[in-house]
Amino acid sequence: MSSELLIWAALCLPLLIAAGIAITGTFSNVREGVTLVGATILFGVVIALASQVAGGDTPSMYVGQVAPGLDLAFKLEPLGALFALVASGLWIVNSFYSIGYMRGNRERNQTRFYICFAIAIFGAMGVAMSANLFTLFVFYEVLTLSTYPLVAHKGDAAAKRGGRIYLLTLLGTSIGLFLMALMWTWALAGQNLDFVQGGLLAGLNLDPAVATALLILFAFGIGKAALMPFHFWLPNAMVAPTPVSALLHAVAVVKAGVFTVMKVSIYIFGEELLNATPGREFVLGVACFTIIVASLVAMTKDNLKARLAYSTIAQLSYITLGAMLATQAGFMGGALQIAAHAVGKMTLFMCAGAIYVATGLTNISDMRGLGRKMPLVFIAFFIATLSIIGIPPMAGAWAKYELMQGAIDRGTHFVPWVLIGSSLLNIAYLLPIPILALMPVPGTPEPKPFKRPGGAPFFTVAAPVVTAGLCIVLFFLVGPLADFLSPAFETPVSPAFSGGQP
Amino acid sequence: MIPMILDAAPRWALLHAPALLIMVPLFLAPLLAILPSGRLSWLTSIFATAFSLFCALILVAQVQVSTGGVVGYDVGRWPVPIGITLRVDALNSMILLLVSAIGVLATIFSWPTVKAEIPERKHPLFYSAFLVCFAGLCGVAITGDAFNLFVFLEISSISTYVLVALGAGRDRRALPAAFNYLIMGTLGASFYIIGVGFLYSATGTLNIAQIAEMLPGLAGNRSVEAGFAFIIVGLGLKAAVWPLHQWLPNAYAYSPSFVTMFLSATATKVALYALIRYLFTVFRPEFAFEQATFTYLLMPLGLAAMIACSFQAVFQTDVRRTLAYSSVAQVGYMILGISVGTMAGVSAGLFHLLNHAMIKGALFMAVAGVVLTFQGTTIRDFAGLGRTAPWTMTGFAIAGLSLIGVPLTAGFQSKLQLGYALFDQGMWWAVVFVVFSSFLAVIYMGRIMEAIFFRPPINPRKSRKEAPILLLVPLWVLALANIYFGITTELPLGLARDAAAAAFGLEAF
Repeated sequence: MSSELLIWAALCLPLLIAAGIAITGTFSNVREGVTLVGATILFGVVIALASQVAGGDTPSMYVGQVAPGLDLAFKLEPLGALFALVASGLWIVNSFYSIGYMRGNRERNQTRFYICFAIAIFGAMGVAMSANLFTLFVFYEVLTLSTYPLVAHKGDAAAKRGGRIYLLTLLGTSIGLFLMALMWTWALAGQNLDFVQGGLLAGLNLDPAVATALLILFAFGIGKAALMPFHFWLPNAMVAPTPVSALLHAVAVVKAGVFTVMKVSIYIFGEELLNATPGREFVLGVACFTIIVASLVAMTKDNLKARLAYSTIAQLSYITLGAMLATQAGFMGGALQIAAHAVGKMTLFMCAGAIYVATGLTNISDMRGLGRKMPLVFIAFFIATLSIIGIPPMAGAWAKYELMQGAIDRGTHFVPWVLIGSSLLNIAYLLPIPILALMPVPGTPEPKPFKRPGGAPFFTVAAPVVTAGLCIVLFFLVGPLADFLSPAFETPVSPAFSGGQP
Repeated sequence: MIPMILDAAPRWALLHAPALLIMVPLFLAPLLAILPSGRLSWLTSIFATAFSLFCALILVAQVQVSTGGVVGYDVGRWPVPIGITLRVDALNSMILLLVSAIGVLATIFSWPTVKAEIPERKHPLFYSAFLVCFAGLCGVAITGDAFNLFVFLEISSISTYVLVALGAGRDRRALPAAFNYLIMGTLGASFYIIGVGFLYSATGTLNIAQIAEMLPGLAGNRSVEAGFAFIIVGLGLKAAVWPLHQWLPNAYAYSPSFVTMFLSATATKVALYALIRYLFTVFRPEFAFEQATFTYLLMPLGLAAMIACSFQAVFQTDVRRTLAYSSVAQVGYMILGISVGTMAGVSAGLFHLLNHAMIKGALFMAVAGVVLTFQGTTIRDFAGLGRTAPWTMTGFAIAGLSLIGVPLTAGFQSKLQLGYALFDQGMWWAVVFVVFSSFLAVIYMGRIMEAIFFRPPINPRKSRKEAPILLLVPLWVLALANIYFGITTELPLGLARDAAAAAFGLEAF
């Protein structure tokens, strides 16, 4: 199939799935079938696209002009392909999990839930494939608006409050700062917003003060990247049902945010300009601050999902940090972290959901000894924890390694210490959970019997086991993955240097 | 499409389109007053506005193909210094298209609401007053004569006072609102005519084009400058430029639903057109006192409107008053665009003018639907309507998102254009105001939409469901237009750019 057709398919499929879900809403089995089959086809389409990217092509599609200088256009480069692969691939796993979770919990309004989910995936696909900042912004907002009903799904006062904070923070930052940065870029670059290899603003001789202001507007305006102080929507969004937290707040939404940060760093600023921008070090500092402080806050949380939320905030800043290092290794580390953290954190969330469905427990202190009754869940949790900490042979190890490499290349010597400190903190707040569950100290009372007869539904256990397996597989696949990604970060060689080679 | 219109139109229409556009509604108006039935007068009004739309389309086409971009028409074949001339270029053809298109939609939508809100024996008179108002607004937009502009301004205003006062059947507060509007409107018109008097004394002509030609030779003339000041204040009052907007919230809140909808989408827009005409075609941005006006008067006022009135909108409990204050804030955006003083700025202002007409038109139509079925306009009354009247309220929500400026809606595009115009001149601090005002819009629209979609219905009368189909169709036409023009801006942005170029006396952007 031609690449243009594939991009069409990747965009339209989620919408078609949403329509299909709406039509078949009353027959829940058919409805779930539509989701699963559609998600699988979508993943196939994205794999086909990614293989074209791997072959050196850049599939692209031009939809049309919205206004002079504002195009709705799509172009897939390696980084976007990675994000699309992660989002669509994990959607399949998550769909299985959702079915188990939503039925196991007897949630209401399931049709609306699946429709919004499909639309959110549509937004993520658009973000991944956008060829310019305008298209990206449009889909970024689609993602925000479509996930609001998911966050507020339960409809009680707490859910509404969480949903309102979620919506207001994300809309507020995106309209207030991101949009302003976008308009400014548009005006600076002469009515152009394309993602350009080497940086759209690179050759413009920007005033360092202007570049700094722009960078800060971007960094904080992309609220989905959850840089402090705009991180508070994330813990509040944890009122959502767990599948939403798992896919959207570990994969699609937050990753769309950090992906945007990467895109802006690489294709709007470019390595050179970013380096020459004084504000880079400030944002880098904020990212480090976020990593440490969010980890510390995570230690104080007894609610499992809240602890995971703060852990997510910290882990997301790894990617912002990687982008702000502005070196090849830094970008590579950030990109690997997108994939590694996605599988790891999703496993953790799905485990939390499985525990909740089976026992109704949400607090970590009540989970001691629970591993005897739910061994698979806690083993998966354990593997994902190791990956988040960054211990080989789990995927997270490579990301951390590349980030340290990037930091040393750049000569910012405090960054490796921050990363090491973060690993230690990870150990302190995550590792005790599976250890104490699997190997309780003598004298721990036996856990109560399952609230739901039969324990966790099959799908809610199988899904985290699969993603935990992915954590290990990704570790060994990092070579091909790095080869796949590296074209994204190359700066075009300027003629002055290329002529000198014999 | 342009050759198609010109081919399809009959010869008499091509020749006399400028005159017919105002004459048909103006002459049908007294006829309506003696018609026996309200339904007949409604149908006649649809015919009249549709005919004007037809003429406006011809004019848009003619302007595009004509050399120099101007279509002139001497009324009664009297040449310029003696007779009144109608003069259409890209700027006012755009306004005419807007007013007549909104006029048609508004008239179609009006019947159910008029039937519910106006006593039956007054229906023909009501439509008669509406047609006079419509013709007056078109007349302001089309005329090339400064005094004639005043005449049409008064025609539209006086009929508007009547229309607003007719809201007394539903709420007696319409009477003081109409009286207040009468006083303020008359003041504005008087200021305008005093200004025209000053200009006449300096130039000896009332033809706008001739005044424009003579003004550069009169640099430093005190009466010209005084005339400028009077005209700006007078038209500013009509356009509801902050802080001359006090008449607007009450007039919008208490007049009949149909009048609110029609006025919000057209009346202030036409006054803004006249303001642009004077600021850019008659006087020129090169004049020192005009630059000072932009920097020290219009821009601060535009910014103040965007912030102050958005804040006021946040604290209203009545949806119509929220939207009315929001209108003043949106006029602030347009004034801000104009006050940049560049072509990009004026085109952004005009672009927002078009988009805002679509947004507010749709919003007030949806509110009219609620008034019709549930007899209430407070936010409390809107609670839970998302379930009982999903079609009406989805239309409302689309327009509301467009007002906020969510991507893929028309409102987003106008903010982008405005932001570009400001950044282009290095006025990044003004963008901060735009952004902050948008954020306030999120809050005041968010309050209403939250009530609609997330609160349970509390009003026991909420068993009746959707607004009637006559109301839903125009509502959805406007709501879908908001989305369509948010995805492809070729048509409105093209019109706005050509119009801005015409305001500067150039042929194309």
